[in-house]
Amino acid sequence: MTTSAYTLPIPEADAASAPFFEGARRHELMLMRCRACRAWRLPSRPRCPDCWSTDTEWARASGRATLYSWGIMHQKLHPAFAERVPYQFAIVELEEGPRIVSSIVGVPDSALRAGLPLHAVYDDVADDATIVRFAPDSADGPAGA
Amino acid sequence: MEGRELRGKAAITGLGITEMGRIYGHDAPHFAAEAVQRAVADAGLRKQDIDGLLVSPGVASVGGMSGVGLQNYLGLANLRLLSSMNVGGATAAIMVQYAALAVIHRMADHVVCVFADAPLREPGRGGGAVYAGMGRSPRPSGMGGLYTVYGVFGVNAHYALAARRHMELYGTTSDQLGAIAVAERAWARLNPLAEHREPMTLDGYRASRWVVEPLRLFDCCLVSNGGVAVIVSRAEEANDLAQPPAYILGMGQGHPGDFRRKGWDVETQTGAPIAKERAFSMAGITLEDIDVVQAYDCYTYTVLVTLEDYGFCKKGEGGPFVEDGRLGPGGSLPTNTGGGQLSAYYMWGMTPLSEGVIQVRGQGGARQVPKHDVVLVTGNGGVLDHHSTLVLGAGV
Repeated sequence: MTTSAYTLPIPEADAASAPFFEGARRHELMLMRCRACRAWRLPSRPRCPDCWSTDTEWARASGRATLYSWGIMHQKLHPAFAERVPYQFAIVELEEGPRIVSSIVGVPDSALRAGLPLHAVYDDVADDATIVRFAPDSADGPAGA
Repeated sequence: MEGRELRGKAAITGLGITEMGRIYGHDAPHFAAEAVQRAVADAGLRKQDIDGLLVSPGVASVGGMSGVGLQNYLGLANLRLLSSMNVGGATAAIMVQYAALAVIHRMADHVVCVFADAPLREPGRGGGAVYAGMGRSPRPSGMGGLYTVYGVFGVNAHYALAARRHMELYGTTSDQLGAIAVAERAWARLNPLAEHREPMTLDGYRASRWVVEPLRLFDCCLVSNGGVAVIVSRAEEANDLAQPPAYILGMGQGHPGDFRRKGWDVETQTGAPIAKERAFSMAGITLEDIDVVQAYDCYTYTVLVTLEDYGFCKKGEGGPFVEDGRLGPGGSLPTNTGGGQLSAYYMWGMTPLSEGVIQVRGQGGARQVPKHDVVLVTGNGGVLDHHSTLVLGAGV
């Protein structure tokens, strides 16, 4: 995918989220997981909200998800997005449980439905940055791994 | 009967409402002080009677609206209670709850609770920009930065996600949300304080522009400059003051937590059931006892989900429940009788609270609901993160 034309904000890792963004570069969806109770979690915080353990690992998620909810932005609140309105944004529910903000690829507004089966796709927007998006399983097959 | 011993032991004895809406040239402390001055006069109290101050800052002047900042602005000496609090739009009712507990237990005698904000800067400019811009970081980093990456800006976007979720689960329609906007506008037409008193039809609602689908402009609250203050006193002293007491019969809070994962449907389940349980138990009431509802209405959808979560209808049936006009003037469940935040003024939780006090006193003029013995006031903060309940009574 060409990278130089991308005009929207490009994400940067911080210390707490570096494995997520590094994983995206490798086209892998990485999440935090508690070693004590095995619960997956987002966002990336050092303490498990379930069992309060700080024994934590990053693990690869399946990339399979369903559409939880979405909106269509008509407001021009950011110069880079101004010429894109109206555009979709979404919350997807990952197979492992956590929900994440993202965008849906290749589904017209009228075909968006809660529960739509999705899988992660990886948009290499810059040499050093990849944005995780989600595509419908029907578009180019279900998620591999 | 949790908390029954607190029932009716405190009352709202003063109410102060400033000029409201597109009032320019003043900062939030100005509006706050003006509201406090009006509330003290309304109650028939003097400045030196005030021994407690709770402050809910808006978004425009957090520093000047710190507790001590406003104390010094107002010259309130030797207070027995002072805090600045922020639980979003749930704060107003929550301030009243802590004030009530303080006066009942004699930590203080007359506690002023005040909200003020001045986000509108100049005519013709987008007044809501301070709200809409939330979440817009210049260099998005970390997991929180993802909202910027995908163009998810402002509170509108998050409530759009919530409303869409409800639509998907239960078949709720845009027209049903519109029925709430239309009902509130019908009330606003009877309220001299309301900013928008021009008529609104369902067709007019449908013609309003999309903000963030599925929310239209008329699904969204106003943004207002102004301030509102109330005074909380012990009930036994309330009768000697200038106004009919608005007795606090019940109070509760609910904060369900938002863990953003499977099985946790916070977009369609508020903290209202948790708050209601204690508040109604304390008040010794059921839904059938409620004459008037003042439901927090940052968006039409917030009203719908709140009515469901109090049990006025079943979960998922909020759309059909509201679409027949029962919330409006002459309807069976008079709701947001001043026009609410959608049509009257946006003072966070002070909008439903102020109208609740007006109604329970019987001072609603053309919009007064004939039977106003028990008024339900709700607050909501964050994106359905916080819920607060007050049950106000004309008598004990």
